[in-house]
Amino acid sequence: MIIQTLLAQQAPVEAIDTPAIDWAILAPLLIMSVGGILMLTFASILKTLSSSVWSIAATMISLATAITVIPLWMRVTDTENSATSTLANAVAFDGFSLFLTVVIALSVALSAMLADGYLKREGLEGPELYVLLMMSAAGGIIMAFANDLIVLFIGLEILSIAVYVLAAMHTRKLESQEAGIKYFVLGAFSSAFFLYGIAMIYGATGSTNLIDIKNFLAATVLDDDALLLAGFALMLVGLAFKVAAVPFHFWTPDVYQGAPSPVVAYMASAVKAAGFAAIIRVFVLTFEQYRTDWQPVVYVLAILSLLVGSFLAIVQTDVKRMLAYSSISHAGFILVGVQAATERGVAAVLFYLAVYSFMVIGSFGVLTVAGGTGDNAHSLDDYKGLSKRSPLLAFALMIFLFSQAGIPLTTGFFAKFGVISAAIDARSFWLAVVAMISAVVGAYLYLRVIVTMFFAEDDDSEEDGADGEATTAEPIDIPLGAGIAIAVCVLVTVVFGVWPGPIDDLAREAIPRLVAESAAVLQIGN
Amino acid sequence: MVEIAVFAVCAAIILVGAVGVIAARNPVHSALFLIQTLFGMAVVFISLEAHFLAAVQVVVYAGAIVILFLFVIMLLGVDQSENLNIEPIVGQRFIAGVVGVATFALMLVTLTGSEDAITGQPQATGALGDELTDANNVRQLAETLFTDYVFAFEATAILLTIAVVGAVVLAKRTQGEMLPTPRNTLEIREEAYQARIDARAAQLEANAAESAAADSASSTGEADADLVEASGTGDETDGGDA
Amino acid sequence: MEITANWYLILSAALFSIGAIGLLIRRNPLVMFMCVELMLNAVNLSFVAFGDRLGDIAGQVSVFFVLVVAAAEVVVGLALVVAISRRRATTTADDLSVLRG
Repeated sequence: MIIQTLLAQQAPVEAIDTPAIDWAILAPLLIMSVGGILMLTFASILKTLSSSVWSIAATMISLATAITVIPLWMRVTDTENSATSTLANAVAFDGFSLFLTVVIALSVALSAMLADGYLKREGLEGPELYVLLMMSAAGGIIMAFANDLIVLFIGLEILSIAVYVLAAMHTRKLESQEAGIKYFVLGAFSSAFFLYGIAMIYGATGSTNLIDIKNFLAATVLDDDALLLAGFALMLVGLAFKVAAVPFHFWTPDVYQGAPSPVVAYMASAVKAAGFAAIIRVFVLTFEQYRTDWQPVVYVLAILSLLVGSFLAIVQTDVKRMLAYSSISHAGFILVGVQAATERGVAAVLFYLAVYSFMVIGSFGVLTVAGGTGDNAHSLDDYKGLSKRSPLLAFALMIFLFSQAGIPLTTGFFAKFGVISAAIDARSFWLAVVAMISAVVGAYLYLRVIVTMFFAEDDDSEEDGADGEATTAEPIDIPLGAGIAIAVCVLVTVVFGVWPGPIDDLAREAIPRLVAESAAVLQIGN
Repeated sequence: MVEIAVFAVCAAIILVGAVGVIAARNPVHSALFLIQTLFGMAVVFISLEAHFLAAVQVVVYAGAIVILFLFVIMLLGVDQSENLNIEPIVGQRFIAGVVGVATFALMLVTLTGSEDAITGQPQATGALGDELTDANNVRQLAETLFTDYVFAFEATAILLTIAVVGAVVLAKRTQGEMLPTPRNTLEIREEAYQARIDARAAQLEANAAESAAADSASSTGEADADLVEASGTGDETDGGDA
Repeated sequence: MEITANWYLILSAALFSIGAIGLLIRRNPLVMFMCVELMLNAVNLSFVAFGDRLGDIAGQVSVFFVLVVAAAEVVVGLALVVAISRRRATTTADDLSVLRG
């Protein structure tokens, strides 16, 4: 009675009109994140299950996420203007976000398969790794869908915080935890810069929503765009850290070397893809009008990444560090496509991200298996004679390295060709020349590893006794999950290397767009 | 006039606290200076009419986050002093200074370059009321949070789940031995470190002998500097052994 | 003289710079995390000052999200420090140098 009286005395409170939700668009994100939470729940109840079960479950959930995209893709490519937004324009629905969702989901599936054998070999407990992988991927998907700078920031943090933990996941290995804390400190540092950039852009435009920002910039001539430009600079610093572009790459070699190899596979593919998703949606799409302001900066970042990545990779003696530097130079190549700031450039970047994910996961997959217990045997010497200990692994790694080098008949060739021709289209000739030089230097580096695997003899073995030696070298067991993952990556790299059409077509259709919800829906939100 | 006074006092509190955080040798002192900065910030929020945020600032930051810091410092017993006279990596402070000054200069130029640097569209998301009572402020925040930012709000659920899972994974006791670090890097490094300290001590002795022999006024300053450095090295060794 | 938004923004920039410098010069991970907190607080001040100047609520709402992120970061960061110091007597960033190339 008293309560009722009290309630009656309150001023009438109007209910808040919450925005309309298009659940279908959120389906991939929901499957990935709810799948992670469900696995967490079940893993705490069913403790006796073999850890392989969780690996299979994580793979299935990720594949389900990728499959959900198919009907959405049909919907978005159905007519010219199917792209839209939902949830008060915070979530973008276009081909670009769907394409990257698939890339991220497949990266998770492959990394989860690699992780199974790794966890068993290292004697680590399982489910948490898969849970964190999937949650982190949910953050990546949020970034791909983000139409609002705050949403983008939250997605970035979900992605990164999970990866900090994943990098430190090998709790019995000091290097792993050092990698975790180094990544954490530098990651938090770069996030702060990114966030400061968001604040500047908010001050300069009055909104954090990309659609509002673009409309505002299109309608207004800014007398003073200093605040906006400062925002560009700070945001670029933050995102360049995440995609490991020079000069913001210091963490990469250390973290790649120390972190568990399956996690590195995920970092090199999905984290990079999500970072570039943010760069393209914010810079290429939203700030298209100001591209003469940010293009030179991306130009310099690209050139530095290409050169530093390739040349420093040569002097490395640790294969994992070498691949870390090579991933920096790949970031440079992708930035070449970003710098073009054209639809063709975006398509080239998407193609690059998709095929690079497979080759880099494959490479680190082979490293996972070949690294031996402790995941430490990664010096170039340890790879001597890998072709004898495991011809299949050596062959697979050869394919991936050829592809990373951009040798024809692999996907890597078309990826590099795509970004370089986009740069030439955009009249950035010098950038294209530097990219080609970097590709040549990179080819030397990859060939060095291949030569070591196939032709370098162990110190005491004779050259002509190659066949006889095979019995003395101990063969490497390839766990089933890792075997399947590596085989899939080889197939994708070779098949689409001969016949790149399908991926290329999809990448060209996956155009990023900023489209507000229909006016009727908008009304409910406001 | 009152406004200026409040701003000046708060700015002083905030900046002194911030400098204290990075200059205090003892992490506990740093944490206390951090609280000082956070309180100053809360007052600034009130003067900017963000009343609810001011309360949240005190409750969440000072009440939860800094307590967590202090708790971990005490738990680990890492409240030993860090010697700040030795620059660990040559050129590190210079680079840090350049980064900091560059960021500050960028903002200074941006803001003072013209009369009105803040070019944003006013009230793009939702107007701040004129007469802000606390209830109004809270209501406005809630409305915006559950309409324009509802997706970000939901996404923070994933973020918090990850934080919990991550903390449990990392802080859990692990079974089994630590794996050896490759090529005994740790031992090599420790030997090198010990050698460096020995060299320092030898140099110090030599210097002392020299200054005793030639008791000219000019060498006193140099010897003093060496003494400071040497005592610093000693501190660090203690820390390492603890 | 009147206190305009620019004053608050310059204060925020100074705080951000101090945090950035501190993070780069200190070796104790705990103090480094505190410096991250300083930087995030500086951003909060910017958001609120911009929101006040534009008469817009979004600036204040953004601060909420920064708060959540800061809390999550601190939790994970401190867990990392605890995990490492279980195994090592000291925790300064200089001791963390097994990884070198």
